[in-house]
Amino acid sequence: MGLSAVARLWGPLGLLLTFALHPALCLGPVQTSAPRYRDYCVLGAGPAGLQMAYFLQRAGRNYAVFERAPRPGSFFTRYPRHRKLISINKRHTGKANAEFNLRHDWNSLLSHDPRLLFRHYSRAYFPDAGDMVRYLGDFADRLGLHVLYNTTIAHVTLDKDPQAWNGHYFILTDQMGHAHRCSVLLVATGLSVPNQVDFPGSEYVEGYESVSVDPKDFEGQNVLILGRGNSAFETAENILGVTNFIHMLSRSRVRLSWATHYVGDLRAINNGLLDTYQLKSLDGLLESDLTDLAVVKDREGKFHITLKFFLEEGNQSADADAITLPQDDNDNFAMRVAYDRVIRCLGWNFDFSIFNKSLRLSSGGEFSKKYPLVKASYESKGSRGLFVLGTASHSVDYRKSAGGFIHGFRYTVRAVHRLLEQRHHDVAWPSTEHPISQLTSSIVRRVNEASGLYQMFGVLADIVLLKENTTAFEYLEEFPMQMLAQLETITGRKARHGLFVINMEYGRNFSGPDKDVFFYDRSVGHTEDAWQSNFLHPVIYYYRHLPTEQEVRFRPAHWALPRPTAIHHIVEDFLTDWTAPVGHILPLRRFLENCLDTDLRSFYAESCFLFALTHQKLPPFCQQGYLRTQGLVGTESLRRHGVESGLLRDYATVGRRHEDGGRGLLGGFQAPGPPVQALDSNKEEL
Amino acid sequence: MMSSSFNKFRVGISFVMMSIFYKSAVDSLSELSPQKYFSTLQPGKASLAYFCQADSPRTSIFLEELNEAVKPLQDYGISVAKVNCVKEETSRYCGKEKDLMKAYLFRGNILLREFPTDTLFDVNAIVAHVLFALLFNEVKYITTLEDLQNIENALKGKANIAFSYVRAIGTPEHRAVMEAAFVYGTTYKFFLTTETALLESIGTEDIENAHLYFFHCKQVLDLTEQCRRTLMEWPLTTLNIHRFIKTMEAPLVTEVAEDPQQVSTAHLQLGLPLVFIVSQQATYEADRRTAEWAAWRLLGKAGVLLLLRDSLEADIPQHANVVFRRAEEGVPVEFLVLHDVDLIISRVESNMHDEEIQEDEDEDMESPDMDIQDDEVAETVYRDRKRRLPLELTVELTEETFNETVVASDSIVLFYAGWQAVSMAFLQSYIDLAIKLKGTSTMLLTRVNCADWSDLCAKQNVTEFPVVKMYKEGKNPVSYTGMLGTEDLLKFIQLNRISCPVNITSVQEAEEYLSGELYKDLISYSSVLVLGLFSPNMTTAKEDFTEAGNYLKGCVITGIYSEEDVLILSNKYAATLPALLLARHKEGKIESIPLANSHAQDIVQIITNALLETFPEITVENLPIYLRLQKPLLILFSDGSINPQCKKAILTLVKEKHLDSLTPCWLNLKNTPVGRGILQAYFNTLPPLPLLVVVSLHSGGQVFAFPSDQAITEQNLLLWLKKLEAGLESHITILPAGEWKPPLPAYDFLSMMDAAGSQQPTRREALCTKEMDAQENDKKHEDKSASRKEPIETLRIKHWNRSNWFKEGEKSFRHDNKEL
Repeated sequence: MGLSAVARLWGPLGLLLTFALHPALCLGPVQTSAPRYRDYCVLGAGPAGLQMAYFLQRAGRNYAVFERAPRPGSFFTRYPRHRKLISINKRHTGKANAEFNLRHDWNSLLSHDPRLLFRHYSRAYFPDAGDMVRYLGDFADRLGLHVLYNTTIAHVTLDKDPQAWNGHYFILTDQMGHAHRCSVLLVATGLSVPNQVDFPGSEYVEGYESVSVDPKDFEGQNVLILGRGNSAFETAENILGVTNFIHMLSRSRVRLSWATHYVGDLRAINNGLLDTYQLKSLDGLLESDLTDLAVVKDREGKFHITLKFFLEEGNQSADADAITLPQDDNDNFAMRVAYDRVIRCLGWNFDFSIFNKSLRLSSGGEFSKKYPLVKASYESKGSRGLFVLGTASHSVDYRKSAGGFIHGFRYTVRAVHRLLEQRHHDVAWPSTEHPISQLTSSIVRRVNEASGLYQMFGVLADIVLLKENTTAFEYLEEFPMQMLAQLETITGRKARHGLFVINMEYGRNFSGPDKDVFFYDRSVGHTEDAWQSNFLHPVIYYYRHLPTEQEVRFRPAHWALPRPTAIHHIVEDFLTDWTAPVGHILPLRRFLENCLDTDLRSFYAESCFLFALTHQKLPPFCQQGYLRTQGLVGTESLRRHGVESGLLRDYATVGRRHEDGGRGLLGGFQAPGPPVQALDSNKEEL
Repeated sequence: MMSSSFNKFRVGISFVMMSIFYKSAVDSLSELSPQKYFSTLQPGKASLAYFCQADSPRTSIFLEELNEAVKPLQDYGISVAKVNCVKEETSRYCGKEKDLMKAYLFRGNILLREFPTDTLFDVNAIVAHVLFALLFNEVKYITTLEDLQNIENALKGKANIAFSYVRAIGTPEHRAVMEAAFVYGTTYKFFLTTETALLESIGTEDIENAHLYFFHCKQVLDLTEQCRRTLMEWPLTTLNIHRFIKTMEAPLVTEVAEDPQQVSTAHLQLGLPLVFIVSQQATYEADRRTAEWAAWRLLGKAGVLLLLRDSLEADIPQHANVVFRRAEEGVPVEFLVLHDVDLIISRVESNMHDEEIQEDEDEDMESPDMDIQDDEVAETVYRDRKRRLPLELTVELTEETFNETVVASDSIVLFYAGWQAVSMAFLQSYIDLAIKLKGTSTMLLTRVNCADWSDLCAKQNVTEFPVVKMYKEGKNPVSYTGMLGTEDLLKFIQLNRISCPVNITSVQEAEEYLSGELYKDLISYSSVLVLGLFSPNMTTAKEDFTEAGNYLKGCVITGIYSEEDVLILSNKYAATLPALLLARHKEGKIESIPLANSHAQDIVQIITNALLETFPEITVENLPIYLRLQKPLLILFSDGSINPQCKKAILTLVKEKHLDSLTPCWLNLKNTPVGRGILQAYFNTLPPLPLLVVVSLHSGGQVFAFPSDQAITEQNLLLWLKKLEAGLESHITILPAGEWKPPLPAYDFLSMMDAAGSQQPTRREALCTKEMDAQENDKKHEDKSASRKEPIETLRIKHWNRSNWFKEGEKSFRHDNKEL
């Protein structure tokens, strides 16, 4: 069935293609070869590019991946320099649930093939980068992804054409001068340009990308490292034991990932230098703006730190020893010592150079300059049909969630693919439809196993779309929640009767570089305090109407979404197991019931039978189960528990209470609130 | 606002009482000698005297209570005295021993009653007992239903009755009733009981609390008619009883022709809302009836007025047919469009409910405990969690073993989730089934816990739990759609042992099949045996039948016969080919149905209809099938097996097609004990059986009972049904039509967050440096522990809306109101 659907979709596309190509061939300047057309072009065969290729392949789309290296994942052949990945490879969780296990697998890409899980490639908790290269190679090969290796795209331009899906084609030119025409361009090139700060003397500075990784080369040296990210600390960690001391310099304070809950901040695995600094060894951390600095080299080839300001004052050509140093005025200046080496570990930037201006691909705001600017749907703000995937797409959730890392962007790539399927192939966002009596269970299931929600908290959220009269609902997974207002066009589903958004969140004031995340009484145990939960926990928003774009944009500060009609927090759980009947499920049901103004309890068939003959209407569970001859019969031992709990009545003894002298049997069964009363009051007046 | 109207009212009633009764300025307990005491007694005036030995310490608590009773009793013209028995003046009322002191009630100098001090345990008991003794003519104590019925009959057309139940004599409720009787005892007949059985017999399950009913007997002229009853729904206090009786006295429906905002009636003064039914000349009669009907149902809850639009100057929206006015001053009237009396009632009741909620908030009362499980399935499964099930009787499948298992053997797979109560409840039935089938079935019973193997479940298209599927012979799996219980699943498994339709190859085999011989062991699972008869060349008809048989696999046995000699069978059973033979082996009947041009769906329909019995015993399992017919049910309730005469009468009527518009059925309380719960809902008590009722579930919800004094015979039944059809019978009850609302409110985290948020900014302004920020952190943690002590905000979504944020939300709320 899948095959035939694909075939049908291909037909008209082929036609369109010939029309589009025809004028180009006749009128355009004669080229060495006609541009080869593809619906989807993916730039880069790194994790994100391969992930997108996988989804396009599964959907039977016309696509190609362009990769300048001969094999996938070229970034990982070189980086990290010290070869240890800091993304965890947790091979055991004690659970069989594959989806749940992905919550703790930060390296695997998504696929249907269980052999393509990273745990089969490395046994190390922090695996070697070489294993990642091997893994990505296998992923591309085993799934038969269309990757054009050794193809460097040197230039990307736009070709306006009203016939095209987006009003234009993307023209990609490779190193051989061959052109490729694409309807949709998916840029997954990552961050490839080392970040360099320009200051006097920057030419003396070695870069992370080329510095020696052999500790012997640093024996007995004074080392200054510029930067305070994971690469800086990784470099320091490697040479910590052989140097005289290491000083680290950067503009901002150190951000520890266990305080910020952001995996891009300094990970504990790299922070050995913090330990020695705070334990009064010679290593140390300093804060200063790099652009104010200058490095001068003395006659012995040692490096001194001074201020750019002093350099401008003095004579440029003068001898290094003549230049004013801060310690001349200020004899206790911290960096008055001379360094043997200065190493720059300042991260990478997106390579904007290959994109023609007409694509209007610009860099992000103040805090995400290194990333291209995209919408929450990962589509470029400048040109329709251009999507940025993978690490380069991190501007959406920089310093918030995991969108810059494999364990995050594998889900955002899937979201982009679903968007494209709806936009260009009329394949609505996948959803399952259920009767309303399944609502609580559907949510409980997802918050307990979904890995996309868990990894991409605050970015991807599940959506429950209510049907008319709230008798049924549709469940959509992992929708980019900042696009909520455009939900109908993006998903092709209707949200006319209200919706729930299921998100995962940390406590509002819990995360931050300066926060104490180990304070006493940091976890919440009471269900009524659930809203004050600090650790990642599910939050459910209820909206009567789909929020508008304005509402999403101008939402209250620190809110992930516009103010809802009602909100529910499922209390944080030490085991991230939100299946406790009273602690987790019951409050959730009460919340859903009050939003929908209905009774979502489940009932045994006998209760439904009683209701069917004593009420004009039935609770949804009975309507959707019992009345369709799918009532829950129950067993004798369950019935006994029910009678003990007072929720069920022992009807065999009803009306005989004088014989057995029992009290409370008649008053025991009060399950349905209003209807019983109403029945009584009817009776009285007759 | 509720309390303010109470205050107003309190002033009112005390004024009433003061003016009616003689009052005395003395309110402390006078101490007298016996001689002095007897000299003060005035003819006709009541007096309570406690005779005690001088300075007995044991009586001090009683004396305190007695002292407190002085004032209230004086309000009723009863004087109270402590009489000190001194040695020189012996009186016969002075006890011989210190601990046998008693209180005595006199009228004039005649002794009415003596009370041991322990019956007068507190001030309420003192007032209650004294008034009870004085009002022995006005307030009768009764113990049996018979008493009550006799009284009711005797008073029909004469007087109205105030009947109350109190848990014991001397309680505060008893006192309240007695005080009310003191005021109203001459107007209404008061009756009192402490018998729970009597209370139950008039239909209340709540025997914990005191109740007061008002029986409207005065207007009853036909002695066979019952007096209407109104239950007072407020707690029994003197004020409430007064308020209640005042509303009983008020005219049922008042006609007005003025601005609803200006109208004033007793109800408003008593703090009750008003409901105006908007009427006009053309529809006056009908509106009047509606208003009266509503008024009866709202008696004691709201005043009902008929507002004549034609003679009205005030502006009422054209579409509005009901005007609702709250009792509180300054609240604008609401114009509503309600097309059903029930909606009016629920509007008033929800208003009362709102008020209750608000009162709760004001008084910071304990909110209902939302953390107590009220889901019967979840609770029973939870309570059973420690029992070990013999799960090993079923095969647990995993992602690795699933495919090979279902391919290798015919399997039933239960897909469930370990955390989901409904599927865990069903797992128990499934294990029971495994126990039953142990070693006998060719079908492998397996299960998949989708909490572990979610990918596997998704691949098998299982996204809800529980789901049962049958994997057989490598064919597409079949989903089980029957009741989630041992019996029905067993039937499904057993009937799936044979392939349906079964190919029958000889006339002799066909006869064996029809007689039930062929599938003797399966016959109990299929009440009907179906045999399709076709000539060998009827290919399409055969295909359709085969498809239908396949579809019905697991719920009925079907067979097919299309040999050359099929005419032998078609002749024997007078069937024109293609045809269906339906063999009901229980009744030994075989009928034939022609099948010309019937498609598979039609055949399925024919067979499903044939499975329905004409007069079935209704059970928990089969009710849904009969409800699909959408007809009113005619149910014969029977304690044990059915009375043959009744059965015969109904079957005759069925045969004569008199019951075509109904679904006749009977219910055996022995097999279906929950039937008692149904009877209780219809009759409040368990009536004598057998008993026949008509329940129109799908049209109005009325329940009619066949008169219990008539024998269930064809003639009587037919006559009754005719009257019923003509609308001449009145229903005994109407089934509540209300939607199923949330049983309890939810935590309102949004307003908790708002409350926390509104405190924060002020603090933040004062802080700017980083060190201060750290302090702020600490403070916040303190706040957290403090906020736990605050009352938990639990409001329904309506209220969430009120603390509005978007105008949008507000708008839609108003809109909602109108829809009500």
